[in-house]
Amino acid sequence: MYPAGYRYTKDHEWIKIEGSIGTIGITDYAQHELGDVVFVELPKVGAQLESGKSFGSVESVKAVSDIFIPVTGEVTEINSLLVDSPEKINQDPHGAAWLIKVKLADPKEVNSLMDAKAYEAYIAEKAQEQGA
Amino acid sequence: MRYLPKSPSERKEMLAAVGVDSAEELFQRVPQKFRLREPLALPRPLSEPEIIEYFKARAAENAPGYTSFLGAGVYQHHRSVVTDSIVQRGEFLTSYTPYQAEISQGTLAAIFEFQTLMCQLTGQEVANASMYDGSTALAEAVLMAERITNRKKVLVARTVHPEYRQVLATYAKNLGLEIEEVGYTASGQIDVKQLEKEKLASAAAVVVQSPNFFGVLENIDEIAESAHSEGALVVTTIAEAVSLGILRPPSAADIVAMEGQALGISPSYGGPFVGVIAAREKYVRQMPGRLAGQTTDAAGRRGYVLTLATREQHIRRERATSNICTNEALFALVATVHLCLLGKEGLREMAMQNVAKAQFAIAELEKIPGVRRAFAGPVFNEFVLEFPRSVKLMNAQLMREKIIGPLAIGLHYPELTKRGLLCVTETMPRPEIERLAAAVRRVLENPV
Repeated sequence: MYPAGYRYTKDHEWIKIEGSIGTIGITDYAQHELGDVVFVELPKVGAQLESGKSFGSVESVKAVSDIFIPVTGEVTEINSLLVDSPEKINQDPHGAAWLIKVKLADPKEVNSLMDAKAYEAYIAEKAQEQGA
Repeated sequence: MRYLPKSPSERKEMLAAVGVDSAEELFQRVPQKFRLREPLALPRPLSEPEIIEYFKARAAENAPGYTSFLGAGVYQHHRSVVTDSIVQRGEFLTSYTPYQAEISQGTLAAIFEFQTLMCQLTGQEVANASMYDGSTALAEAVLMAERITNRKKVLVARTVHPEYRQVLATYAKNLGLEIEEVGYTASGQIDVKQLEKEKLASAAAVVVQSPNFFGVLENIDEIAESAHSEGALVVTTIAEAVSLGILRPPSAADIVAMEGQALGISPSYGGPFVGVIAAREKYVRQMPGRLAGQTTDAAGRRGYVLTLATREQHIRRERATSNICTNEALFALVATVHLCLLGKEGLREMAMQNVAKAQFAIAELEKIPGVRRAFAGPVFNEFVLEFPRSVKLMNAQLMREKIIGPLAIGLHYPELTKRGLLCVTETMPRPEIERLAAAVRRVLENPV
C-alpha cells in the first residue's frame, strides 16, 4: 500500500527523494479521511518553504486541511493537473496526484521522517484509537 | 428554536442530569476573583406601557419638517411600503442564520437572489450573502486582496470615505498590514501619478471609491490597467449603490465592496445597513462570509445550500478566511425586494433623477457670488462646493430655516476648509432646492 522508498510525516504527507529534489504529496490514509477532494491550494514556484510550515491546503466536501512541508526548500514545480482535477488526489495519492516538488536545502532532513513500515504502524495505532 | 426561559423544574432536571445541585456549582472552576458578586448595573425592567412611553419619547426626538442635504455615505431614497410588508413576514423577520439548509430554503433562496442581483449591479462574477456594512466589507475586501497576492501593503485613495478608511485602519492595525494613502487631483479624483510602478509592484491592492467621498467618479479602468500590470489588485468600494443604475459597473475591479443602504434601507440612526462583497470567481475561496448556492436534491428538484462553508469559522476555526460567520440577511432581503420592485428601468430612472436634480442644484448654487464647485470631475448625486465663509457658521444659520446644510468636510480634510459636501437625491423636490439656494444666498450676504 505505502511505497517503500517514500518517507512519511505524522500529518500524513509523503516525500520521495530523487537527488536533491523531493516530491511531496498526501497519503492514501489522508485522502480517505478527507473524503472527496474538491480544491487544492498550492504555493507558487520559487516560494521558499520552511520545514513544518503550512504550504497550502486541501479542501474536501467536509473540511479544509492545511498541508505541512516536511523539509526546508524551494518550490521548483507544482502539479498543474490538480487545478482542474483535484479528485485525482482520491484516485492516485501516491502517484499522479503529487502536490509539489522542492529543491531540498538539507537532504539529511528526511532521515528524521518515518519509513513506510513505521508509518503503517502509526496509522494502525491511530485506527485502533479511533475504534476504541 | 424557542426563546422561552427555562422553568425552575426544568432547571432542576437539567442540573440533576449533569450531576450538580446548583447552577453555581457549574462555575466552581472559575476563580472567585473573576466571578461577578453583584447583579449587573442595569436599569430596572420596564412594564409594557412603560416601554411604549419610552419609545414614544425617543420618537419625539426626531426632527420633522427639516430638509436635509446630507449624504456622505447614507442616502435618502424612495422606498415602497411593499418592501416592509414582505420583509416583516415572520418567516423572514425572526429566522436564524441558515446553518441547516434543509429547513432554511426560503431564506437561502432569498440570499441566492440577492447574490445574483449584486453580481448584476457590480459587474462581478460572485457575490456573498452580505456583510455588516460597506466599511467592514471594504476592510474584508482588502484582507482578501492580501491573501490572494501575499503582499502586505495597500494603496488607499484619500478620496475613499474617511470613516471607511478608519475602519480599514482598525482591521489592519494588528495584522501587519501597511496602509499608504494616495492623494487627489484638482478634479477630485485619485492622483494616478502617485501610483508609481515600484509602489504598485509591492502592493496587494489599490483601493478606490466611486463615486468617491467628494461625489466624483473615479476612472476604474485606468487604475486597473496600471495596477494589474504590476500584479496589484483593484478594490473598488461604492457607498451610493443607486449610482449603478446609470453608471457602467466596475467590472475592471477585482473585488467590489459596497454599502447597500441606498437600495431601499431607511437611513435610521446610521444603521444597521448591509454590506456587499463581490469578486471574480477565481477568488471565491478567499472570499469572507457565507455563500448560498443552488443545487438539485436526490430527486432532481431545485434546492439551496450554504456552499464553500469549509472556509468558515464554525468549521475551520482560526484558519477561517474571516471571523464573519453570519450576514445581514434581513437587510439583504430589503435590498432584494426593493430592486425587484424597481426593476432595471425603475433603477435607471431613479438614478437619472439623481443626476438631473444634483445638476440643477449645482447650477442654482453656483449663481451665488463666491460659491463654486471645488472639484471639476463628473459627479452623480453629491458634490463639493467652495463657499466664501465657514460652512459650520453658515449651517447654523440655515438650521434656523429648517435646512440641514452641507457637510463641512474640513473636519476630515484639514486642507479643505470652507468646503461643503451636498447630496441631492430623487426625493428632493425642486422648490426645496430653490429654497436652499435662496437661503444660502441670504446667509452669505448677511452674515451674523
